[in-house]
Amino acid sequence: MSRLAEVIARNEEPIRLDWLDNMSKSVQRADLMSSGELREQSHRLLSSIVRGIQVDESAQLSGAAWNETKELLQEISATRAHQGFTPSETANFVFSLKQPLYNTIRKAVSDPDELFRAVTAVTLLLDRLALLTLEAFMVTREELISRQQQELLELSTPVVKLWDGILALPIIGTLDSARTQIVMENLLQTVVATNSKYAIIDITGVPTVDTLVAQHLLKTITAARLMGAECIISGVRPQIAQTIVHLGIDLTQVITKAKLSDAFALALQKSGRTVVQANGTSNGSAPTVLTNAAKEK
Amino acid sequence: MERIPILRMGSFLLITIQVDMHDKLAMQLQDDVTARIADWGATGVLIDISSLEIVDSFIGRMLANIAAMSRVLGAETVVVGMQPAVAITLVELGMSLPGIRTALNVESGMELLYRTTAVQPGVGDERSQA
Repeated sequence: MSRLAEVIARNEEPIRLDWLDNMSKSVQRADLMSSGELREQSHRLLSSIVRGIQVDESAQLSGAAWNETKELLQEISATRAHQGFTPSETANFVFSLKQPLYNTIRKAVSDPDELFRAVTAVTLLLDRLALLTLEAFMVTREELISRQQQELLELSTPVVKLWDGILALPIIGTLDSARTQIVMENLLQTVVATNSKYAIIDITGVPTVDTLVAQHLLKTITAARLMGAECIISGVRPQIAQTIVHLGIDLTQVITKAKLSDAFALALQKSGRTVVQANGTSNGSAPTVLTNAAKEK
Repeated sequence: MERIPILRMGSFLLITIQVDMHDKLAMQLQDDVTARIADWGATGVLIDISSLEIVDSFIGRMLANIAAMSRVLGAETVVVGMQPAVAITLVELGMSLPGIRTALNVESGMELLYRTTAVQPGVGDERSQA
């Protein structure tokens, strides 16, 4: 065991108290975690550092002796990411251990050369530990983001049945390749399940239509046509109509309508149904729909 | 040798593909369909691919070819019951099969055939009376 490890091991308890005192002044967030939890975390971390440094003092953190510390730090920063700590607060949890260690080493070591070596070793070690902490923090945040992305995808592609044999697919948000895949699969599966001949794709909620989005839409429509269903695009806003023409996107093979209601009326008409007002009254009540006025024309 | 059966329903041909298509089978089918249309004077061909789960570009081209050949022989082709995965695969392969009519199931496919062949009475009508 080196001199440094010995010093730290001998003074573990005072270092810990000094560290806690230091944290309570600077980085403790009483609103996010209790002081009991913090005490317990620092106790576990410090004792694992002491065990690590007794075996391997190289500050490379590569030996098996440091595995426990690494795992512990990853766990701590993962919980902190979930609790809502900022990155610097999480890193400061480790950095605030520096001062107490310096104080202890200064008291215990008198030879300037040895003091310098010890301080350098401790600094290197803590820097690496803090980097590790930040990395684990970022990984947790990234996982959180990708999970939210996934949830957003699942939320935003409902296929609704408007009438017997007529489906509607309101798309909200930009269509990228991954989303198109999900939208397309959802739509085609519902077409099969409900035996629908008409599908209305409503793009009122799509902020911009560029060539890529149009291509994705056309793919979906072609796939639906291959299965025997006809697609109508609705919700084309004036600006989007202008963009489509300026970009030279060819939508001549597709029926497009300005409003969902127009598209729905067209689908009803194509499936041989007409909408009439009940009893000829015009008191503002919703008109009823008579179906199957004629067999499909 | 393995063959895909071709059933006759009035003046239409009904083909149900229930096995995995390999290339030889597809070529055989092409031969059989054209021969049957000529023999029986069929005016419509209905291909049910609802149990087909895997397609490649060759099968897609075969479907397009059968449709084109039938048209030359005076018969309309309707492909029915395509699975979502198959449709997506064909689109990703860039095969939108523009010359092929499609329907959701055999029933609506038959309806479509009756409608389209009634519109064009010239080609196979008096033959279908026989």
